[in-house]
Amino acid sequence: MIVSQQDFYDGLLNGSSAIPNGLVDNLGQPAGDRYNVYRNNIAASLIEALKEGFPVVQTLLGTENMNGLANLYFRKHPPTSRLMVHFGHDFPDFLSQMPELSHLGYLPDVARMELEMRRSYHARDSRPMDTQELETLTPEQLFSSAIELAPSLSLIRSSWPLYSIWRFNTEDNAPKPEAIAEDVLILRKEYDPEPLFVSPEGADFITALREGKTIGQSYETALLRSSTFDLTSTFGMLLAGDAIISLNQKGHFHESAHFTA
Amino acid sequence: MSNTLKTLTVASAVAAALVGQTTIANAQTKEKCYGVSLAGKNDCAAGPGTTCAGTSTVDYQGNAWTLVPTGTCTTMELPAMADGTPRQGSLEELDRDLPS
Repeated sequence: MIVSQQDFYDGLLNGSSAIPNGLVDNLGQPAGDRYNVYRNNIAASLIEALKEGFPVVQTLLGTENMNGLANLYFRKHPPTSRLMVHFGHDFPDFLSQMPELSHLGYLPDVARMELEMRRSYHARDSRPMDTQELETLTPEQLFSSAIELAPSLSLIRSSWPLYSIWRFNTEDNAPKPEAIAEDVLILRKEYDPEPLFVSPEGADFITALREGKTIGQSYETALLRSSTFDLTSTFGMLLAGDAIISLNQKGHFHESAHFTA
Repeated sequence: MSNTLKTLTVASAVAAALVGQTTIANAQTKEKCYGVSLAGKNDCAAGPGTTCAGTSTVDYQGNAWTLVPTGTCTTMELPAMADGTPRQGSLEELDRDLPS
């Protein structure tokens, strides 16, 4: 009797299903126990992989809960890529759909942030621009320049105190999170991604830059949220994090003037 | 704010940001080293698949899951937001709310 690939696969993801009939080892003996060991190792390694990818979610939930969740997750969302670094990409959505976790509204955002940290780590290397070039621009040229940002840059908007929750669970003696919304900017200077707190208007500025808007337009966008937007600190953060790759002068300053309506 | 003023404001803000960078020279020459975590952070961001997951003897065949109150979410209760939305993460709270 020949075991179909489909039966073999289905049994791997459903631990309570029967061992496919007809499995034999190289001596022609029944190989059901081997199959059990094999699927148990698949389960164990995927659970381990998920825990490794979401250490803060695990800290928040405790190991036991994380084991149980990971066990449910990998059966519903088996890896779609042979690259294990991509495993868990829909874990945030999975968490947000668990009724038992609905009171931990921040969990999906924490998971998203951990995914973004991972994405940032694996993002293409880039070289920051020479800042001397910035100094040679006229104010008008600067205003009408767009910025190419590092591929490793990530921004996570959250209505939860995401940055504080992350710190509270990764640093000793970090303060308890307060009930405020916090956005997180991830910058990767050299090779280690680092999460940074960024103000909502700072996040607006960076979002606008990522959409290809000029520095001037992005500044105006941030001002719409807060007239006290601190461009120096946000721009300084991007510079310090090697996040500015190049400038692209879009044209004459006056072309962006209509943006202020 | 006039556009001229805005242009100058942006230019001076960027100039100030540049001044703030002068102490950080391009002297960093870190070698790429996989698996080295940031000081004080609990994990390397490389993610799964970058280390070898060991062979497990644990029986993972069951897929039942019950929420048990553990982890920091039980101690990290967030105060209510200004609009009164409850923002706490107590799993004990959660258990009481589960339909029986």
